[in-house]
Amino acid sequence: MKLYVPLDSAAVALGADRIVQAILDEAAARGVEVQIIRNGSRGMVWLEPLVEVVTDAGRIGFGPMTPADVPGLFGDLASHPKALGLVEELPWMKGQTRLTFARVGVIDPLSLDDYRAHGGLVGLERAKGMTKAEIVAEVTESGLRGRGGAGFPTGIKWKTVSEAPGEQKYIVCNADEGDSATFADRMLMEGDPFCLIEGMAIAGLACGASKGYVYIRSEYPVAIRIMDEAVRIARAAGILGPAFDMEIRVGAGAYVCGEETSLLNSLEGKRGIVRAKPPLPALQGFMGRPTVVNNVISLASVPVILAKGAAFYKDFGLGRSRGTIPLQIAGNVRFGGLYEVAFGLTLGQIVNEIGGGTASGRPVKAVQVGGPLGAWFPPALFDTPFGYEEFGAKDGLIGHAGLTVADDTVDMLAMARFAMEFCAIESCGKCTPCRIGSTRGVETIDRLARGDASALPILTDLCNTMKFGSLCALGGFTPYPVLSALTHFPDDFARAKEAAE
Amino acid sequence: MLDSHALSDRIAEILDAHQGLEGPLLPILHAIQEAFGYIPEAAVPQIAKALMLSKAEVHGVISFYHDFRDKPGGRHVLKLCRAEACQTMGADAVADRIKKALGIGWHETTPDGRVTLEPVFCLGLCACGPAAMVDGRLVGRVDEGVLAEVAK
Repeated sequence: MKLYVPLDSAAVALGADRIVQAILDEAAARGVEVQIIRNGSRGMVWLEPLVEVVTDAGRIGFGPMTPADVPGLFGDLASHPKALGLVEELPWMKGQTRLTFARVGVIDPLSLDDYRAHGGLVGLERAKGMTKAEIVAEVTESGLRGRGGAGFPTGIKWKTVSEAPGEQKYIVCNADEGDSATFADRMLMEGDPFCLIEGMAIAGLACGASKGYVYIRSEYPVAIRIMDEAVRIARAAGILGPAFDMEIRVGAGAYVCGEETSLLNSLEGKRGIVRAKPPLPALQGFMGRPTVVNNVISLASVPVILAKGAAFYKDFGLGRSRGTIPLQIAGNVRFGGLYEVAFGLTLGQIVNEIGGGTASGRPVKAVQVGGPLGAWFPPALFDTPFGYEEFGAKDGLIGHAGLTVADDTVDMLAMARFAMEFCAIESCGKCTPCRIGSTRGVETIDRLARGDASALPILTDLCNTMKFGSLCALGGFTPYPVLSALTHFPDDFARAKEAAE
Repeated sequence: MLDSHALSDRIAEILDAHQGLEGPLLPILHAIQEAFGYIPEAAVPQIAKALMLSKAEVHGVISFYHDFRDKPGGRHVLKLCRAEACQTMGADAVADRIKKALGIGWHETTPDGRVTLEPVFCLGLCACGPAAMVDGRLVGRVDEGVLAEVAK
């Protein structure tokens, strides 16, 4: 009997390891031989732990599993109370366009044979027969933009590094995925680590870089372990070696290190303080040398672009947002998880149709798109199509494509205050608008909470200063959640006043 | 508790094991914290000398990062996520009840040295919040029941 039980953090946090033990115990008691493969997650977090049993018809899913549901797996599968049918046929799976996440949840993450059998290493092989300029052109042509949040065209960044003078260049993968509501990087590293390794190796060829680093946040112990093992396996197989090798580095709990220059300082062993730009990291990055800093999903999208061609990838999406985006639907939502799809769905389709509304069953009040530095959108803006420019036009951002759904019990003044508090805790301290402004922001919102309406213009003025005066996105984008809460939910700020009186 | 010689020997071993790395300070600090449970004050001059940094620079790095502690934590470390996605699932209320049950606030350790309570901003478990980490183990949809795991 062959089964799949995810090793993904979310599955483990919901009891996957206990399910594995229960399966082993039950199999031993029955004298049945079982093979358990620890796969990545299919992304249907509400069904985790999701066990898949391999049958002649395909992989049948069962979830969410409890240890009490395990004995039933050894009986008539069709009548199992948690039976979901063929996993590939579930509406959540069928509605997606899985390009970057094609293998996540499907394969054994640490089996190179499995990786190859599912199209792995085709992109790298093709890249080996191309010139640096040809690889860069292919990535540029695909329209891939940085999936970390800023949306900068990946090919242009690579071109700069590729053409920069220098003996030693670096590929740095930013896996410091600190935004609340985002877990795509984590799922990719846990479910398909060789895809990231392949993407980095291709980047190395394109830019003439012989060394890569993956900077993973310490809050991701499973991803760190899987990436470490995957690098060792890839090295033993000759995929990594003298031409391009890489190391896994672990962060230390500083949110700001997700900002690329702060990350580089941290990687060098310094305080994670933001650097002024210019010089661009592409020219003077890690150790002052030319460095590509790319997000996990950006790099993991490269193998498929090289394997299937720029035109194939570019065909998906809308406007200047090309390809697919792994939506991470989170917070108070009925069907939460990862859903990879071409750009262009509306926010309402994502929240109500895919996400199924709130987990609490109450009405949706607001959705924060793009993490702690993203704007809160009210249902009135649910017709906004998911794309970089489209969200920008509504004073928002898509960031790393995380969505936090909140029901009508959420207090938007409290969320605005939290945004400022978070900025104060995590500010690196280099620039004044962020370091001081965030603390003053908390105090000013507290004044509003006490019913002091005269604090309102001070808050908007402060936000303006932070937005235009901060060195990086932490101070610069904290005004997004604050001002969007104020703009779209003025009642929450006024109600606080009445309560105070 | 190790005596000072054993401590400096162990730190020397760790420093030795990290030779040749580019930017070795964070890996070294992680290894020291792994070995001792915190970064002993006495380690600072030893690291500084090995890496040709000033003591102030090493101290500055240790104090910058939330992960590094300069004194031992409790026997258990309970981290509760405070970020937005977990908040929408009631993380604040769960944290309040846990703080009350333990009689401590954020960054504090119970007087018996049993539990240290720390906030964390996102464990990547945003579709099954509120999330927690107990001694390095991840927990989704956490509630006060988690206290049973740090009871001893």
